[in-house]
Amino acid sequence: MNLLINILTAAVLAGTPLLLGTLGEILTEKSGNMNLGVEGMMFMGAIAGLAGAYYYEQGVVGSGGTPSGIMAAVVALVSSFLVGAFGALIYAFLTITLRANQNVTGLTLTIFGTGFGNFFGEYIGIRAGGYVAVGDNIKTAFGRLNIPVLSDIPILGKLLFNYNWVVYFSILIAVIMAYFFRKTRVGLNLRAVGEDPATADAAGINVTKYRYLATVIGGGICGIGGMYMSMVTTSGVWVHNCVSGYGWLAVALVIFASWHPARALIAALVFGGLTILRLYLKIPGVPMQIYDMLPYLATIVVLIFTSINQSKENVMPKGCGLNYFREER
Amino acid sequence: MGNHVEHAIEMHGITKTFGKVVANHNVNLQLRKGEILALLGENGSGKTTLMNMLSGIYFPDCGTIKIQGKEVTIRSPKDAFELGIGMIHQHFKLVDVFSAAENIVLGLDGGVHIDRKAVNQKVKEIGERYGFEIDPTKKIYNMAVSEKQTVEILKVLYRGAEILILDEPTAVLTPQETDKLFAVLRNMKEDGKSIIIITHKLHEVLSISDRVAILRKGEYIGTVNTAKTNQQQLTEMMVGRAVSLEIDRPKVELGEEMLKVVDLTCLNADKIKALDDVNFSAYGGEILGIAGIAGSGQKELCEAIAGLYPVAGGSILYRREVDGHPVMENIVGQPVDTIYRKGISMAFVPEDRLGMGLVASMDMVDNVMLRSYKRNPGIFVDRKKPKALSEKLIGELEIVTPGVSTPVRRLSGGNVQKVLLGREIAYGPNVLVVAYPVRGLDINSSYKIYELLNEQKKRGVAVIFVGEDLDVLLEISDRILVLCGGRVSGIVKPEETTKEEIGLMMIKVAEKTKEVNA
Amino acid sequence: MSNVSKEHREPLIRMVKRDSISQQKQWMIRAIGLLGALLTGALVILALGQNPIAVYKDMVVGALGTPTVRRETIKIAVPLLITSIGISFAFKMQFWNIGAEGQILMGAIFAGYFAFFHSDWPKVLLVIVMLAAGMIGGGIYGLIPALFKAKWGTNETLFTLMLNYIALAFVKYLQNGPWKDPRTQFPKMSMLDDNARLTKVLGVHWGWILALVLVVLSYIYFTKTKQGYEIAVVGESNNTARYAGINVSKVFIRTMLLSGAMAGIAGMLQVAGSDFTITENTAGGVGFTAITVAWLAKMNSFGMLIVAVFIAVLERGSNKIQTTFKIPASAAEVLTGIILFFMLGCEFFINYKLIVRRRKEAEHESAN
Repeated sequence: MNLLINILTAAVLAGTPLLLGTLGEILTEKSGNMNLGVEGMMFMGAIAGLAGAYYYEQGVVGSGGTPSGIMAAVVALVSSFLVGAFGALIYAFLTITLRANQNVTGLTLTIFGTGFGNFFGEYIGIRAGGYVAVGDNIKTAFGRLNIPVLSDIPILGKLLFNYNWVVYFSILIAVIMAYFFRKTRVGLNLRAVGEDPATADAAGINVTKYRYLATVIGGGICGIGGMYMSMVTTSGVWVHNCVSGYGWLAVALVIFASWHPARALIAALVFGGLTILRLYLKIPGVPMQIYDMLPYLATIVVLIFTSINQSKENVMPKGCGLNYFREER
Repeated sequence: MGNHVEHAIEMHGITKTFGKVVANHNVNLQLRKGEILALLGENGSGKTTLMNMLSGIYFPDCGTIKIQGKEVTIRSPKDAFELGIGMIHQHFKLVDVFSAAENIVLGLDGGVHIDRKAVNQKVKEIGERYGFEIDPTKKIYNMAVSEKQTVEILKVLYRGAEILILDEPTAVLTPQETDKLFAVLRNMKEDGKSIIIITHKLHEVLSISDRVAILRKGEYIGTVNTAKTNQQQLTEMMVGRAVSLEIDRPKVELGEEMLKVVDLTCLNADKIKALDDVNFSAYGGEILGIAGIAGSGQKELCEAIAGLYPVAGGSILYRREVDGHPVMENIVGQPVDTIYRKGISMAFVPEDRLGMGLVASMDMVDNVMLRSYKRNPGIFVDRKKPKALSEKLIGELEIVTPGVSTPVRRLSGGNVQKVLLGREIAYGPNVLVVAYPVRGLDINSSYKIYELLNEQKKRGVAVIFVGEDLDVLLEISDRILVLCGGRVSGIVKPEETTKEEIGLMMIKVAEKTKEVNA
Repeated sequence: MSNVSKEHREPLIRMVKRDSISQQKQWMIRAIGLLGALLTGALVILALGQNPIAVYKDMVVGALGTPTVRRETIKIAVPLLITSIGISFAFKMQFWNIGAEGQILMGAIFAGYFAFFHSDWPKVLLVIVMLAAGMIGGGIYGLIPALFKAKWGTNETLFTLMLNYIALAFVKYLQNGPWKDPRTQFPKMSMLDDNARLTKVLGVHWGWILALVLVVLSYIYFTKTKQGYEIAVVGESNNTARYAGINVSKVFIRTMLLSGAMAGIAGMLQVAGSDFTITENTAGGVGFTAITVAWLAKMNSFGMLIVAVFIAVLERGSNKIQTTFKIPASAAEVLTGIILFFMLGCEFFINYKLIVRRRKEAEHESAN
């Protein structure tokens, strides 16, 4: 029982950056942009979040004050969102306005973002005299919350009320996004833009505006996912290549979640579980690295399964991957 | 305005170019309030482009547009809605995975949430007012073509359009459905709406419109009162000279049975029968027309005959010579390569010319060798013979192109079709299947195509002509096979039937299949 | 409605698709794009408090200044070029193979097996077997997604991508377990026996000759052979290919086998000619960078030669500036990214032209 609870809580913690990346990419793909740059945007968000918190701390300490954990969290959140969104903006400008190929632009964003993260991570490290790390005050702000009463409930308290704030924040985003797509007018319009931009255009929807907004906000959410990697997973220390593959897993998870934000919650939990399983379930004779393959193998299985089992709904938006030009003929 | 006639639309001096192509040049057009105006012109005469400038899809290079007497600039479809203009496009603009109601409210302003109940109610009301029926919760991908059109019209009316533009609305409808649509349009006119209907079918122009505006090669020719004109005058204005609209049907002695289809059944991707127990024969020296509403199994039938569609049951027999004796060879289950190697000579001009019959980005030489490059021994391709053939085709079929190395994508629709048909005929087939061969072509090119098909018929080829225009099918075919929901509802001789009878056969399979032997 | 005419004016800038554009103008636009990228890079360098001209100069000198660094640069360009050619095979048929990283690793592992365990074989035989093994390893790894795509239309973009990480985990497994160097406690493989290392020609392992041969061969393959023609048809439209009697599945499988095999060659060369061992960095992002190389060169193999060398100069130069200016070597990725962004962006100006609103209307508007 204890083992199961441990696995579940660890899965939630490991699944959260995946969830954020997945949600960001769902929003992006719903608008018809297949942004393969999630990995890059997460890297950018990772360094931006860490740098934000770090410089905030340096600034406050430098002027003789005590850095507030909450303020550091806010700075990290906002800066990671903005920088992730900036990465997405480059992508959006190239694909939407300049109509560059989406796949290649996304890959380039990954190359750029990975370099961006590692470059500034190391650069700030060199200037800080070795490596970047934030103080205990800020680390605590990204540690698990202790909610009075709730956290003390046996089992449930540990299972539900014992995470850091980013976990709840990302679940909130998932819920809002599910509601947005299902119930609101703007959500319907956005889905139309992704499915069939020419139709949306003829219906008077500003395709360009919708695509830009969805892509940029989606990139920002991916950036927050990156911030989670640098602030929570590595506890506020810059680790070279810290995002390594999580962004790509998030792209795959979008398929696993069949473009539904609510299903992304489950998908992220499952994949989070797969990434930490080796720490909890050691099967003699099975080397650790085989466990590392599990999330990727699972994705492939899902890919094959969905391709065999084709349906009209719960699939990639039809306009996804294609740029739109009204006067094309 | 000092004018005593009130105009819903006045377009003046409109010009629009795409690259070097002038789609509209200095066009004037006026739509009176409460009238039905037919916009008549050949394919490629710039009708759709002109209307797209009213609906905000294109922006004119120059010229002025007045709506209800006020000069306006229409930059986007949204601007068009606000001005009360609604366009029903030829290729429906509907999101497949959405319901009818979701499509109708798409892009509208309003509260954050969508009040589905209120939308459904209003949709029903509009439907009752003009005489349609529609289930607002039905998904588009489950709808028949005529239902989709209804959703399109509702979408425009829901937005409170006062001016409706319909682009070739009858192209996909049966004669009966067309009558229904026209009744709805007359109701709208009674209600004070102004309507433009784009078409190139003259009898429809005469039956529905009050006035006719004619475009030719992107230029405005003039507007006439429908009551004071006739088919001949309209044709002359449309084509620019007197032409005979008769399609030739030469008498040819009937040859051997070239193709025999027996109990053919095919399943589509959803495992539903796209073709159900189809039986017929095609003989040398005849044109067998195939009629039916869109999506009744025409595409599957053509592809199955060409050996490209998986067959679930039945056989497709081709005549071929073995040691001087004719045998009927079943091609079901054989790959296309094998079929050709056995000497079965069949040619196929598919409906999707640039997406199936040709490679759009390649030049004529590479396209001409598409079906024959394998016959060359060795690992390399030979471009000499295809090049010679291309040059020959350009001369014989009067193909207008800058040269054999221009990508076929750059050619006009008629020339693309000539390249495709020319290639298929060049290999001397016994059976020639053509799907919608004149769709989108101007009159000159269309008649050239009819001429080529008749030539093949005279050569003793069995020509199978899948068409959508019943008037054309009735004139050119020796027999007409009517498909309905993947089944053969009858094979009739044009001399012994009427358009209305075929229309009925298209929507319902007769109790006892009417069979006419050649 | 009264203010309609005021609100609805012609957009300030409209774009129109170009009909054609001269070669000269195309290269002009690309040159401007490159210049823009370098200027942007210069701004970044300036923001870091360094002199951009000095940094750029140091990069060029560091990559091309002496015969030694020139050899290093070529060593970087070789796998990149060969992988790009491999990728162009897949991309020409619109098969989004982004799994070259994994294919490189698999080629390295297959070749490495013979290098590690059969280093006593005669050198010529050993190297030939290693090359063949590398091709087979990469080829099989490229084949897997093609089989599924052919059978069920499984999305190859993500499939090939996932295979990268599986290959990476496999390398780590070998490092920690069966192939671990017994002489050390660290999880790493031993260095190759001299017998398994590639002979040098003009100071660089002979892979560069192979790369140049592949440039020419792939050009001929695409322009002159039936198989190359089939790839082009499949790439344009599967329907047309089916209609022409081309077995689309067969083309997918055959071409991906070739595409993966080329990445496999790159992996083999990297192991036997450059690193002399296998690590998780053996592919080191080459598989991704190669995609952009192939794209920028428009799948033309001679173009890829130029672009690959250019990227290699950037990478090698970034190592130099790390030591000189203490600018982290990841700067190469950032700069590559910026340059690629600009090059992708300038394609737009080749395909479209902008029309600025006419003066008359602008005046009319201000009069309102």
